[in-house]
Amino acid sequence: MKSRLRFMMQLGFTLLVCLFMVVPIAMSVMAGLTENYFIGLKSGLTLRWVHEVWQLYSDTIWLSIKLALACLLITILIGVPAAYGLLRSRRRWANAIEELLLLPVAVPGLATALALLLAYGSYREFRGSWLFILVGHVLFTLPFMVRAVLSVMQTAKLPQLEEAAASLGASFWQRFFAVVVPNCMSGILAGALMVVTLSIGEFNITWMLHTPLTKTLPVGLADSYASMRLEIGSAYTLIFLLMVVPLLVAIQWAGRLTEQRR
Amino acid sequence: MSSSVSITLNQCSRTFTGGNMALKPLDLQVNAGETLVLLGPSGCGKTTTLRIISGLESPDIGGQVLFGERDVTALPIEKRDVGMVFQNYALFPNMSVADNIAYGLKIQRLPRAEIAQRLDDVMRMVDLQGFGERRIDALSGGQKQRVALARAIAVRPKVLLFDEPLAALDAKLRDRLRIEIGQLLRELGTTAVYVTHDQDEAMALGDRIAVMQAGRIAQLGTPQEIYHQPANAFVADFIGAVNCLEVLGTQPDGGLVVHGGALAAAHLQGVSSVYCRPEDIQVVPVGQADVRGKVVQSIFLGQTQRLLVDTGGTTPLQIEAPSRQRWPNGTAIGLRLPAQVLFHPEPAKAAVNAKEVANG
Repeated sequence: MKSRLRFMMQLGFTLLVCLFMVVPIAMSVMAGLTENYFIGLKSGLTLRWVHEVWQLYSDTIWLSIKLALACLLITILIGVPAAYGLLRSRRRWANAIEELLLLPVAVPGLATALALLLAYGSYREFRGSWLFILVGHVLFTLPFMVRAVLSVMQTAKLPQLEEAAASLGASFWQRFFAVVVPNCMSGILAGALMVVTLSIGEFNITWMLHTPLTKTLPVGLADSYASMRLEIGSAYTLIFLLMVVPLLVAIQWAGRLTEQRR
Repeated sequence: MSSSVSITLNQCSRTFTGGNMALKPLDLQVNAGETLVLLGPSGCGKTTTLRIISGLESPDIGGQVLFGERDVTALPIEKRDVGMVFQNYALFPNMSVADNIAYGLKIQRLPRAEIAQRLDDVMRMVDLQGFGERRIDALSGGQKQRVALARAIAVRPKVLLFDEPLAALDAKLRDRLRIEIGQLLRELGTTAVYVTHDQDEAMALGDRIAVMQAGRIAQLGTPQEIYHQPANAFVADFIGAVNCLEVLGTQPDGGLVVHGGALAAAHLQGVSSVYCRPEDIQVVPVGQADVRGKVVQSIFLGQTQRLLVDTGGTTPLQIEAPSRQRWPNGTAIGLRLPAQVLFHPEPAKAAVNAKEVANG
């Protein structure tokens, strides 16, 4: 009887904590779907605000997706060879470079952005294009790709596998694509999901680097909170959640996949 | 099968960063079709030698590696036409059994029909029929090493290299695979170099054995030569068990006085010690014995037992006795050590040493 009571109390507490965290999200979602937030659900449900957000801000959503995919491509192209290089190089060097790579994560995004502006702000074409923001995103997300890939590489006994492939006549590139890349796929996948999620949600750097013509989703979101009706901001949040939550679930799934491989 | 080649190492040494010379300048010839075993304790340079032959490592400047007449010193491993089997299998976990074995054939861009044919052949040779679609992590250790073996021989290499392939397996499996590898090597007739620290493996597989110690070859010879005529005390001690009896003096008739008795050994005059193998010592009635002592311990080994006999020397003698007889500790025992089983690894040097001692 006593243990049952304790179980009920634990359950109650857990539900309370969940509620505390879920209610704001649910309220925000509901706000985006009700006719008038101040009147409440009585005013009726509508997709009008979602539709309006789409009309006002769809280009920010497309830009965010474009940025995320471009960022992913570049971090894979740079990150996988970089992780491989770190794996093969001597320890002292590797550690120093790994720490350097982490710098953009440790330094506030605003500072990174300021540095980029100081260095490249005078190149007008570049400054005004989405590629400028891409540079910031790559700087910020690259370490996540490198670390994810490197940690898988370190457990995969790659040097031995490569020696075996070489003994069978495989050249460096044949080894790289047939042995190295497939055997750190779970790391690349985990890194990729991380990079896409971080890029889509990135605000600090992007806010400093954007122009009126290169607004991303989070920047647009801030914009709408500041200048639009509450319902529009909420509907915008809803769209953001719909994009990001599946990615977060996928990250969990990829993480479990990586653990199984070990 | 491609015709086998000889392997020649000329003055191959290897110095690692930090100045540690893992391999002293080494000359070595492996005859075509022969299996040479590199045997020694860890750190003796055997693996380094194998890696220099394979092309995974380069010898220091001045060293030269020849396959047949061809100088391959500058070629990396992928151009040397070798097949290699590693201790930890090094199978590609992203590929099936069949894809692992066929990997080298695909690199060679062989026609698909030929690949299928060879795959079939080698899988039959290593007794893996029906395993083609299996995942690597669904195999046992023994099966994994068979796949690795099949993968190495599928490309029909000129030279087969083994880096302690059985060290990760349990004893029974090790014995079985050892026999299979031996049959396979004889069947293929490929020149092979086999690295191990296990003397039984070396004896069973090697046409010749190179016993290595501290970066040098201590002795190179057939298993029989290595066992019965070891070149020095290290080899004698490393291969099998050996007794070392200190010579205390010489009798007027030439007999060597040792703890517990005297030995007749006309061929070993002037040595400071004599060696003999445990299995060469006979147990005889105490009255007819060359050497007498007391049993201090008996170790039951199944087919035989090992007795430790105290004859008054610093270390007890090891002898091998039939396993059914009981030898309680303290039992008096008589031993016969026939002259023909007594040896000294370095009789000439030992004689010099003995003289120096006498003069000094």
